[in-house]
Amino acid sequence: MADDIVSLDPFARFRAATRARIGLGRSGDSLPTAALLDFQLSHAKARDAVHGAVDWDALEQQMPRPAIRVKSAVPDRSTYLRRPDLGRRLDPASASGLVKGAWDVVLIVGDGLSAAAVQNWAVQVVWAVHMRLSGLSIAPLVLAEQARVALSDPIGAALGAKLAVMLIGERPGLSVADSLGIYMTYGPRSGRRDADRNCLSNIHAHGLSPAAAADKLVWLITQSLRRGLSGVGLKEETPSLQPGQGSTPGQISISSD
Amino acid sequence: MAGYAVTLGGERHIFADLATLLACASPRRSGDELAGLAADSELRRVAARMALADLPLRTFLTEALVPYEDDEITRLIIDGHDAAAFDPVAHMTVGQLRDWLLSYEADTAALAALAPGLMPEMVAAVSKLMRNADLVAVAAKIQVVTAFRSTIGLPGRLSSRLQPNHPTDDPLGIAASTLDGLLFGVGDAVIGINPATDNVEACCTLLRMLDEVRGRFDIPSQSCVLTHVSNSIAAVEKGAPLDLVFQSVAGTEAANKGFGIDLAILAEAEQAALSLRRGTVGDNVMYFETGQGAALSADAHHGIDQQTVEVRAYAVARAFRPLLVNTVVGFIGPEYLFDAKQIIRAGLEDHFCGKLLGLPMGVDVCYTNHAEADQDDMDVLMLLLGNAGVNFLIGVPGADDVMLNYQSLSYHDVVGLRHLLGRKPAPEFEAWLMRMGLADASGKVPPLGGDAAPLRRLLAKGGA
Repeated sequence: MADDIVSLDPFARFRAATRARIGLGRSGDSLPTAALLDFQLSHAKARDAVHGAVDWDALEQQMPRPAIRVKSAVPDRSTYLRRPDLGRRLDPASASGLVKGAWDVVLIVGDGLSAAAVQNWAVQVVWAVHMRLSGLSIAPLVLAEQARVALSDPIGAALGAKLAVMLIGERPGLSVADSLGIYMTYGPRSGRRDADRNCLSNIHAHGLSPAAAADKLVWLITQSLRRGLSGVGLKEETPSLQPGQGSTPGQISISSD
Repeated sequence: MAGYAVTLGGERHIFADLATLLACASPRRSGDELAGLAADSELRRVAARMALADLPLRTFLTEALVPYEDDEITRLIIDGHDAAAFDPVAHMTVGQLRDWLLSYEADTAALAALAPGLMPEMVAAVSKLMRNADLVAVAAKIQVVTAFRSTIGLPGRLSSRLQPNHPTDDPLGIAASTLDGLLFGVGDAVIGINPATDNVEACCTLLRMLDEVRGRFDIPSQSCVLTHVSNSIAAVEKGAPLDLVFQSVAGTEAANKGFGIDLAILAEAEQAALSLRRGTVGDNVMYFETGQGAALSADAHHGIDQQTVEVRAYAVARAFRPLLVNTVVGFIGPEYLFDAKQIIRAGLEDHFCGKLLGLPMGVDVCYTNHAEADQDDMDVLMLLLGNAGVNFLIGVPGADDVMLNYQSLSYHDVVGLRHLLGRKPAPEFEAWLMRMGLADASGKVPPLGGDAAPLRRLLAKGGA
């Protein structure tokens, strides 16, 4: 009987409208085996994305310009998950490798909560941004291990950059394990708050494309440098942000910053 | 302050103040460690519990964890304390209160009478002396009944929130997830959407859509868009069909400021919703969500451990006669609740503490992908809460919330738990399920087979 429902699939005409796991059928009161295992596969991908490591050497080779490698004050993944405060701080050895300059923008790539996101999308986004930015002094690319969003503050400050842009792996969901986010902060320095940043999220195969993300980011960078600010004041006038891409939904936010 | 001390095997353990004592007595959790408040050894944790067990309950009447002058939640707690209701336990220590709560004497009526006499900090304190099974056993004796279009919290019932979230608020996608849940008998507590686009216009659009679906099938339940309270007030002014006002609340004035709210705006919102008179069997119009770690993440915890400050949020909730309150227990992430052990414990604590204070407590049994937990662990928490008599649980299609990117329970879990424990949905909703041919004569909601007429009827109308 349950097979009849699955095979006839009365939910067929709804499936294009949502990625939600609707019309799964029932084995008694539980999930049919195929649906059970499909869920476990998605969860496994998400878990591996959280606990995976970025191949930084390979990533650096594909980038348009030389990179500086830094680490946060976090020694390992388990500490990373427990201590977001340490993920926002530079490891002292890394800090000494950052030389102050007079840059307009620094692009930083951080692993965040999804190694897969960085692995799959960071190179394309960095290239696309570089091809669109002209007339600005761009600092060497920074690749940051065990990074939280706010690690861009001490990095940007140490380099003397007006604007710090962090590309970072977002917390994986079951439907997407490799979503990349971008956070832009004018006048980066430790102690900046979320309200001081602009965010582009959901860069992945079914979300914002690297090219579209680069378009939006370059608009934000240009506006931010022109007006000398970032965050809430700038976001309100951003014309083209799609719902869910300009902010974090839900009132209790998950601190991946 | 005087401080508290206990001597164990010749070693004297000193706790500088009440907040330190409570924090050190808490079961280990990552949020208290992150805040630097946790006991630094297992021995010190037990020492703190021993000192706490001997602490007179009256201490909480005079020692505020956040100063009265600085915090409207403290003022709410102290000014609203019912001394007459407190009287039966006024002579007790925290340890004696635990013994009494577990005693046969503390029955449903006695616990209901006590609720207004308890302060959040007393309730948090006694929970720290209880094992998980104690938290289940006492909570199971407590009944909190509320109503709007359905009646929630009656004995033998287990209600559910249907959560049909969609990453772009697509109406057809939301309708599909809603209809799928109705087929499982989910949605008797509320059909509640977390909107992807969070503004007044989007809120009004979703409210009209939900009301249209509810009206078309004549569903005896209520809908809610989980937007900021100020948006709900504006939606009422614009004439939107709003049943319930939602708001996340926390346990200190500063943390609530982080949510952009205070007690005054909550009162204004309650009046706005009441003015619409949309309830048919009751007039509880507020829906609150809470969760351990919210105050710390807002940097507004005042040095109080995350479980105690969470219980202070329940004092906010109970001032507004809510229809529903739930902790979003595993949503906040591993820096606050590291793994399944911590999430399960926190879920049981939150449910127990809310119920003891007289709240219609539900739980979002949930976790994120960076926490050390999986669906097996949610099964454990769900089964425990079912036995604890939880008012409602949250269900999403296949346990996968495609908008908020976390995992809750599935519709399957809700129907399975009801059948396993012999619990039924809210009575008005149960009758509707029978009218729709979705429930059988025994009240169970079986898999739909054969021509599945009810299913086809619902889906045919649902996409119209």
